[in-house]
Amino acid sequence: MTSLPDRPPGAKKLGLVIDLDTCVGCQACATNCKEWNASGHSAPLPDFHPYSAGAEGVWFNRVHSYEAGEGNGGRTVHFPRSCLHCENAACVTVCPTGASYKRAEDGIVLVNAETCIGCGLCAWACPYGAREMDEDSGVMKKCTLCIDRIYNETIPEAQRQPACVITCPTRARHFGDLGDPDSAVSQLVARRGGQDLMPELGYAPVNKYLPPRERSSALTEAKPVEEAPTPMDIANPLLRWMDRVLSR
Amino acid sequence: MNPAPSIVFFTTASGAGYGLLFWLGLLRALGWGAGAPPSFGAAAVLLALALITAGLLSSLAHLGNPQRAWRALSQWRSSWLSREGVAAVLTYPPALLFLSALWFGWPGLAVVGGLLSAAGAVATVYCTAMIYASLKTVRQWRHPLVVPGYFAMAALSGAALLAALAAAWGLRGAVLVPAALAVLGGVAALALKLAYWRAVDAGLPGPTAESATSLGAIGRVRPLDPPHTQQNYLLREMGFRVARKHAARLRAVALAAGFAAPAALALLALAGAPAAPLLALGALLALLGVLVERWLMFAEATHTVMLYYR
Repeated sequence: MTSLPDRPPGAKKLGLVIDLDTCVGCQACATNCKEWNASGHSAPLPDFHPYSAGAEGVWFNRVHSYEAGEGNGGRTVHFPRSCLHCENAACVTVCPTGASYKRAEDGIVLVNAETCIGCGLCAWACPYGAREMDEDSGVMKKCTLCIDRIYNETIPEAQRQPACVITCPTRARHFGDLGDPDSAVSQLVARRGGQDLMPELGYAPVNKYLPPRERSSALTEAKPVEEAPTPMDIANPLLRWMDRVLSR
Repeated sequence: MNPAPSIVFFTTASGAGYGLLFWLGLLRALGWGAGAPPSFGAAAVLLALALITAGLLSSLAHLGNPQRAWRALSQWRSSWLSREGVAAVLTYPPALLFLSALWFGWPGLAVVGGLLSAAGAVATVYCTAMIYASLKTVRQWRHPLVVPGYFAMAALSGAALLAALAAAWGLRGAVLVPAALAVLGGVAALALKLAYWRAVDAGLPGPTAESATSLGAIGRVRPLDPPHTQQNYLLREMGFRVARKHAARLRAVALAAGFAAPAALALLALAGAPAAPLLALGALLALLGVLVERWLMFAEATHTVMLYYR
């Protein structure tokens, strides 16, 4: 059924909180996501021409880097982009077969590879580019929130987190229940002013992005100091000698 | 958006087929063409069904798993694509009834079958248009003139085909109505597309790179490093921009050759020039114009995911 499930307010909403202040753009989350999911719930994640020009493949997580603002107030921000497991997920309602669905129990959006016809309409309906077609098997693939880790009782409890979260070296990624206002992730979002992406479209994404922290004014107002030229900056040996003599 | 040939052909061919079925069903119920030989009506319905079926088969080519296409009929409660499939399937029985009634000469059933076919044609074209018009992610498709545009183009190509057929059968009296409808359809398509392109060129509101990244509070956002150096599915499907440079010329082709010329040719035929060749040419040009317009509909559409890339 591709109608969205009836979910009471306060229902479990599993999702990610991504800290744009601490993300260093190292691509570890994207790599570990690919590593885990290539053999996980939505396996395989095919690659095309992997060893030649034009190599490409299906990834659930892509890390962009942006410049925002100008001058001293400008920032370089690394920006991981993946499925936001929206409350009003249009990728689910547009699906003609019922293959694309949102789980009533935790809000995770998944694709049933057995019934997907590969029409691609869900990818058109997703504003965030979260879905990529597996052109080998002709079905749509997307982030599963590592459903095969977070409920996996065969791995130690501490590891029951999405692959992208557990691998992040700067702890810029957090996983939890965003439907529970007392959960650690909800508290973090409240404290740091977590943001929705494209809120004007009304998809009500569950994942939140924490904005880069304000920089102290000492940092933003400080001018970069130009290093004094050294004698070796003078290419002409005669002038270099004169510089040395005159500098005495 | 990538103008996949299978979808461009599908919406053009099935749109023309449904347009033809609509006009024939409606006009026949109003008493038009009652004296025509059975072969004319049957040929017109068969042509409509051939165009519709060819289009639907072509749309299957767009699927990753076409053998599962039947599953697409299940989610009509929420999905316009599913509704389109259901409407297309439900239009076949009345169209076949209409075909039999015209062939065997059952006037009462021809009215019922014709009207039901016309209703099915309208419903299917509406669902097709709503697949695009319901997507908030593509601002050019979300525009209120998109659905009327689909209707105008189906009406134009359907009327042009019906007029050409009537002329080919030598039904001099019967040519008048569909030829006049082709003139109206051409003018309507011309006006709608001009208004639509003016609105699109003026810039449509929508999300920005700032709202897409939530970084607008810092300032203007521009990409620094892409997440991948090669192509991917998103760039190929949503990032198509190869022929936008030809857009102005293609728009002129669609407007002049596709919409204005069929209307002018129909006017000439109405004025007494040899109708059969003129109207046949007009129908071909109308189909070509819709094909070009449909291609532009994709090629000029921009998806929000590209805000992340450029």
